[in-house]
Amino acid sequence: MDKPRVAFFDFSSCEGCQLQIANLEEAVVEVVKLIDIVAFREVMKEHSDDYDIAFVEGSITRPMDVERLKKIRENAEILIALGACAHLGGVQRLSNQWTSEENKQEVYGDYVSDPDDIADTNPFFEKPRHRALDEVVEVDYVIPGCPIDKGEFAKVLIAILQGKKPPIPDYPVCVECKKKENVCMFEIGKFCMGPLARAGCDARCPSAGNECEACRGYVSHPHSNAQSDVLEKYGLTADAIMQRKTMFTYRYEEAGKGGD
Amino acid sequence: MAEININVEHLTRVEGHGNIVLNAKDGSIEKIQWQVSEAPRFFESIVRGRRWDEMAHITCRICGICSIGHTEASLKATESALGIETSEQTEILRRLIKAAENLQSHVLHVGYLVAPDLFKVGSVFPLIGTHPDAVLKIVSLHRLANEMSDLLAGRTTHPTNMVPGGFTSIPSEKELRGLKQSLLDAVPTFTDVAQIVLDNAGGLPDFTRETEFIALVADDEYAIYDGDIGSTDGGRWPVEDYKSITNEFVVPYSTAKFTKHNRESYMVGALARLNLNYTKLSPLAKQWAAKFQLSPVCHNPFMNSVAQLIECFNDVETSIAWLDQLLEKGVNRDERPKVEVKAGRGMGAVDVPRGILFHDYTFNDQGICTKANCVIPTNQNHNNINQDFKAFAPTILDKPEEEIELLLEMLVRAYDPCISCSCHYLDVKWKR
Repeated sequence: MDKPRVAFFDFSSCEGCQLQIANLEEAVVEVVKLIDIVAFREVMKEHSDDYDIAFVEGSITRPMDVERLKKIRENAEILIALGACAHLGGVQRLSNQWTSEENKQEVYGDYVSDPDDIADTNPFFEKPRHRALDEVVEVDYVIPGCPIDKGEFAKVLIAILQGKKPPIPDYPVCVECKKKENVCMFEIGKFCMGPLARAGCDARCPSAGNECEACRGYVSHPHSNAQSDVLEKYGLTADAIMQRKTMFTYRYEEAGKGGD
Repeated sequence: MAEININVEHLTRVEGHGNIVLNAKDGSIEKIQWQVSEAPRFFESIVRGRRWDEMAHITCRICGICSIGHTEASLKATESALGIETSEQTEILRRLIKAAENLQSHVLHVGYLVAPDLFKVGSVFPLIGTHPDAVLKIVSLHRLANEMSDLLAGRTTHPTNMVPGGFTSIPSEKELRGLKQSLLDAVPTFTDVAQIVLDNAGGLPDFTRETEFIALVADDEYAIYDGDIGSTDGGRWPVEDYKSITNEFVVPYSTAKFTKHNRESYMVGALARLNLNYTKLSPLAKQWAAKFQLSPVCHNPFMNSVAQLIECFNDVETSIAWLDQLLEKGVNRDERPKVEVKAGRGMGAVDVPRGILFHDYTFNDQGICTKANCVIPTNQNHNNINQDFKAFAPTILDKPEEEIELLLEMLVRAYDPCISCSCHYLDVKWKR
């Protein structure tokens, strides 16, 4: 049997998720035995548009990005969103709180002599609004996280190669945190998204003594009321909740709904 | 003479999206440009309204490769603004983490991204078949650097335990002793890899263009985590003066923010650090600098990759010394940061793998960020790459188009550009 042809693409992101594939270290050698990597700009010069599986990192920002993503969707039999930017729009989605003019003014305003340089007439600056992949094209699977977990990437890849549905957990981070017998973040005066956030990271941040920021998004049916009870118990204000909720999850705020 | 039209859209084996354009006719260059087509993410805009303790968690997402460096610059800026003190243990641990990031990034760049050019292949993948021993050695060093970051920072990409004032978790003495042993054990492997690069260094073009180099400098160490701003043209300034050094500006043919200081442009990164801090290099690093005949001030940008390799030895040797310091004093794993929120402005600088990085934040009395500015290394190199292009391209015009393209690509790659670090890396507007 021919090895499946796999391509990696990146849009607006830090490219840290693709880096996790390099971080598979020796296992990369094994991965290369299973698949033919035909496009991966960050690490290889060769490029082919003939592929079966596309892993796509990054949020979709401008009309030119929409066009590029649509082409990838046409070419790929299976399209997988790689990481929080592709899944949710990334931290950069927070910029959608303001108009693109306001963002440009804040970041570039003091430095621009000709406003045309950052106007929508510049194709690379046309209407920058950050969106997740599935708001633009159909997405087959998601590997969540900021960054993705390299072990989970390997598991998902193997499942896809076997024609199975990738095993992404749909229970909250609290489950993994309890298993590890961590002290609850709320007990040490921190704010944690664990009760709502999708697990699969092995509660990595709380295990290091830091709060969960829900970089993997919410579970499908989040117990929002339970979270509210927890917050109330620890005397947190609504303002703090709204602020903390949005680092990775502004998508839900924008959509005015509680889950994906 | 024939026309030469090179248009490399989305240069490969670099982090982020950039293009190379060269148009020449009858032996003269009509246009040569390094362009950036990365989508803007507006980090300085999105941190407005965020709390002091969220800043590093957001801004580390500027970059996947140097998220540790962004975290440290961010923490230093927040600590400076809020007047937060850090312990000696925190300062040593952060230096170790910075060294781990340098190692990870340098091994990735030299081993995975530059080496294929020296072996005339398109990526590291074919080298797995042709040079398995060398590739596995490089992989083992990459793994060591990542394990070091994982142990100390909780995670290599986007650290989990680093907060203003210190750490939320600290490794045990046993783990630190294990790390020291792993670093000691890795020295022969680093030596083998350096020898392979040395044997193939003839593939690096001999190109020199005088420029200014800017990096952190310190009296008592090879500065990567802390220091003042130094220049090879002379001069030393406190980090607070960064705006008068970077002088960001916008040019009509590009909306990317450029920087300049004494000259048309300046360079930051491993070569800049080595040029400014050569005398502070560790013994093994100095030995390898001599083998590569690299001494200050070297004006060949292709030698930046070699400088990275030399820095690896420096990182390993200084890390071993820092670990000894920590272990000698005993590790306090219960140390936790103490923070009182107040209004203020603060700046932080670290020298990340690609060069000097500045974060500058202003907070109100609730500890909410009201203004932020980040000056990214690749941003500072952008102008220098374009100046190099102008000087380098005329010297290679007689070569076949394919080779010209490869050499221009190699020049950009030598800078190890990190284009996604696009806080305010504007997209280039060009007319075809």
